[in-house]
Amino acid sequence: MKYEPVIGLEVHVQLKTRSKLFCACSTEFGAEGNRHTCPVCLGWPGSLPVVNEAALALAIRAGLALNCKVAERLKFDRKNYFYPDLPKAYQISQYDMPVNGKGELLIETKAPDGALVEKTIGITRAHLEEDAGKLLHEGIPDGSLVDYNRGGIPLLEIVSEPDLRSPQEAYDYLTALKAILQCIEISDCDMEKGSLRCDANVSVRPEGQEKFGTKAEIKNLNSFKMVAKAIQYEIDRQTELVESGEKVVQETRLWNDAKGVTFSMRSKEEAHDYRYFPEPDLVPFTLSKETVAAIRKTLPELPRERAKRFVRDFGISSYDAAVLVQEKGTAEFFEACVSAGAGAKAASKWVLNDLLAILNEKNSAIGDCLVKPDALAGLIRLTESQTINSTTAKAVLIDMAATGKSADAIVKEKGLAQVADTGLIERAVEKAMAANPASVADFRAGKQKALGALVGAVMKETQGKANPKMVNEILLKKLSS
Amino acid sequence: MTDLCRLTLKEATDLAKQDGAQSLLNAFSKRAQALNPKVNAFLRFDPAKIEASVNKAPLCGVPVSIKDNICIDGREVTCASRILAGHVAPYDATVIEKLKAAGATLFGQCNMDEFAFGSSCETSAIGPCKHPWDLARVPGGSSGGSAAAVAADMTLAALGSDTGGSIRQPAALCGVVGLKPTYGRVSRYGLIAFGSSFDQIGPITKTVEDAAILTNILSGHDPKDSTSAPRSVPDFTQALKRDVKGLRIGLPKEYFIEGIDPEVEKSVRQAADLYKKLGATVQTISLPHTEYSVAVYYIVAVAEASSNLGRFDGVEYGLRVPAKELREMYFETRDQGFGQEAKRRILLGTFVLSAGYYEAYYLKGQKVRTLIRQDFEKAFREVDVILSPTSPTPAFKIGEKTADPLAMYLSDIFTIPANHAGIPAMSVPCGFTASGLPIGMQLMARPFEEAALFRAGYAFEQETGIYKKKPTL
Repeated sequence: MKYEPVIGLEVHVQLKTRSKLFCACSTEFGAEGNRHTCPVCLGWPGSLPVVNEAALALAIRAGLALNCKVAERLKFDRKNYFYPDLPKAYQISQYDMPVNGKGELLIETKAPDGALVEKTIGITRAHLEEDAGKLLHEGIPDGSLVDYNRGGIPLLEIVSEPDLRSPQEAYDYLTALKAILQCIEISDCDMEKGSLRCDANVSVRPEGQEKFGTKAEIKNLNSFKMVAKAIQYEIDRQTELVESGEKVVQETRLWNDAKGVTFSMRSKEEAHDYRYFPEPDLVPFTLSKETVAAIRKTLPELPRERAKRFVRDFGISSYDAAVLVQEKGTAEFFEACVSAGAGAKAASKWVLNDLLAILNEKNSAIGDCLVKPDALAGLIRLTESQTINSTTAKAVLIDMAATGKSADAIVKEKGLAQVADTGLIERAVEKAMAANPASVADFRAGKQKALGALVGAVMKETQGKANPKMVNEILLKKLSS
Repeated sequence: MTDLCRLTLKEATDLAKQDGAQSLLNAFSKRAQALNPKVNAFLRFDPAKIEASVNKAPLCGVPVSIKDNICIDGREVTCASRILAGHVAPYDATVIEKLKAAGATLFGQCNMDEFAFGSSCETSAIGPCKHPWDLARVPGGSSGGSAAAVAADMTLAALGSDTGGSIRQPAALCGVVGLKPTYGRVSRYGLIAFGSSFDQIGPITKTVEDAAILTNILSGHDPKDSTSAPRSVPDFTQALKRDVKGLRIGLPKEYFIEGIDPEVEKSVRQAADLYKKLGATVQTISLPHTEYSVAVYYIVAVAEASSNLGRFDGVEYGLRVPAKELREMYFETRDQGFGQEAKRRILLGTFVLSAGYYEAYYLKGQKVRTLIRQDFEKAFREVDVILSPTSPTPAFKIGEKTADPLAMYLSDIFTIPANHAGIPAMSVPCGFTASGLPIGMQLMARPFEEAALFRAGYAFEQETGIYKKKPTL
């Protein structure tokens, strides 16, 4: 029997506000421990929360971008549990009246046959809640310390429907979600800094069966790749269990990346009873249509719309467009490069194939790159005018990324300009033919391959600067005479 | 010197305007020092530190005392609980900021039932407060220390907090005035929460006039409290006119039930007769859902309390009982830190919020709460003020009800409905029992119509002069 995985994702993103969700403390990352705290976010006796309207606006912005039904009336609830990182022993969250109700996200994903297909993934809800503090254990001999700087930072929890059917789809969903959230500038979505976190709910069922199997929730996933790996592991583990007639236990499992396995953290029986009830310190309130409409007006072009426009206006492939829009910075860089005069196809190729490779190697963001869009356009101009060939151009780009200099300057400095002087190339061709009589003979005898060796010899003679097209033409002319 | 302590807040500020507040403060320090060992109304007050500053603000530096669940920057605040022993508040409650701005000297910090859980001041971890008229009796609660201190002339006035009657019931038992303002009238910022959707801070004073003066100072919208109402505050002293002509007063038949002390009933009915004589109309009304008030209160308020008290876990502040494991630290800290009644309410509240019980208890309780509020809305279409006893009995003996929590809970049977509905309610002294114990009557009004309470209360008080009678200590 074949088994089908059913996957739903819970994504937490930190909203990019200056102050916390219920107090005026700064949300700055990396400050000295407990620097950004006050009686409210420390839950000191007598203090009361006040909703940060900027956070609410960002949450609504996200809801609109994810096609969610934004609530007309919303309230906050208390989720009660004891843990030292939760100073009030309850988290202020939203239970049954979330700011954003049902929505959907259209993703592009690879079918098993490799074809690019579109799929709509349902969003169950996206609600506001406060982040917890951070427990520090390392290097503390006798107990633990708590840093509450993170406590009270606004989080948006985005819950997907169980619509995902493979680790690839989960990966593509996260990529698309991140692209949108970055595009609308509500979050940095930086998993390393913890501003995006993801838990996965995974179950398997016999193909064709409607009823879901028993699910496990997987936590401790620190990158999209880890999410995909852990889901695959979990699918295999559960399928094996079911196939051998055993039952999947409903439980929370942790991913151990070093070992590449998930292991049980707590079972359903040990699960918390969060005793949700309406937060009496924050009365339910109504969102006016005008407020929501005003926020809708400020929404920028979303990644999918942008990709469609790239295809329509610039004639690049939809695959390239889809990759370009994954990161807002990349898409903007590409567009600026085209505006600076570069051909769209060349710009897309240079950004996707070369520039991103350099950035990946350096592990740096496109915004921090020393190569600016107009500089890349300058480089592309040099290749199109055949001042340099593509091999040289790649080397020049690496130089540009390292120094911030323009392509023109580097080419001039290093004398890399292509030789397009017919006389000079003719002399080099003659020299190469004289030096390689065997190749000449082979070619004339019909061996096309021999041409390569002769081109190589000409290029060597001109230190790689000869215009390859001209070298070919002149060589062929001389060989056939 | 004793004479200075007998002054009302109004008289004392008038005096302080001329002569400054130092002589007043000296007199109160001396009296509090002498009486507190007997009455135990103050958990803390430091006569050495009480000195008047040059003060031109309205209250001119006169002494006002604070229930020990309201935060004062730099001072210990314990809710009369072991779990908060030694806890120093790092900020001022909004009402404290307002009192300071108005020129009050923050005097004693008043004894109370632990975390305001009680109607007798006996659950205080520091020991019970005593009734100034009979030291063998309770002063009521939970703001028992505040009421006793005012009644014993140990302070000019005090702040209390009222979740189910905690200002009004002790005020009634001690023979002083106690106002629970409309929910949202006074900021709760800095009040250590019990039942967040019930709690209100209010004044306990010697006279209705003093209550109006303090309510003027305490009221108003606070951006730091999302439940505080963005409404303008009238000058409540304008309501003090000795005129109740045409005022429509309702007597709820559900408040004159079996089990009510006959002397209490008689005294409140006499008050109704007096109002008639003064030109008000009096009619019997019905608040049909009254009988569910206490039961619903002990679901909804304790649910909120169980969550509000989760933060006392030994991690950040207050008591921590060290242990090897986190769970053990939680268990030991909360076991040793909380008293019997606090544990009872935390357990009850945790239970009613638990999965599978939430709908049956908490949600249903909220629905009944709506019905109770609707009872009042309907009644207030016919009358302007509702008159009832504040407490079914006068002050009872220390220890009399401690073994029977349900009997204790019924002490608040007439005060709890106003908290459910969020309406303003005030207890005003209306007489004495044959054995000389004070009796209080309760006046209730529409939301944000505290002025109606001051109008009715002041007319009665001035007509009878009951407030002038003092205990002998």
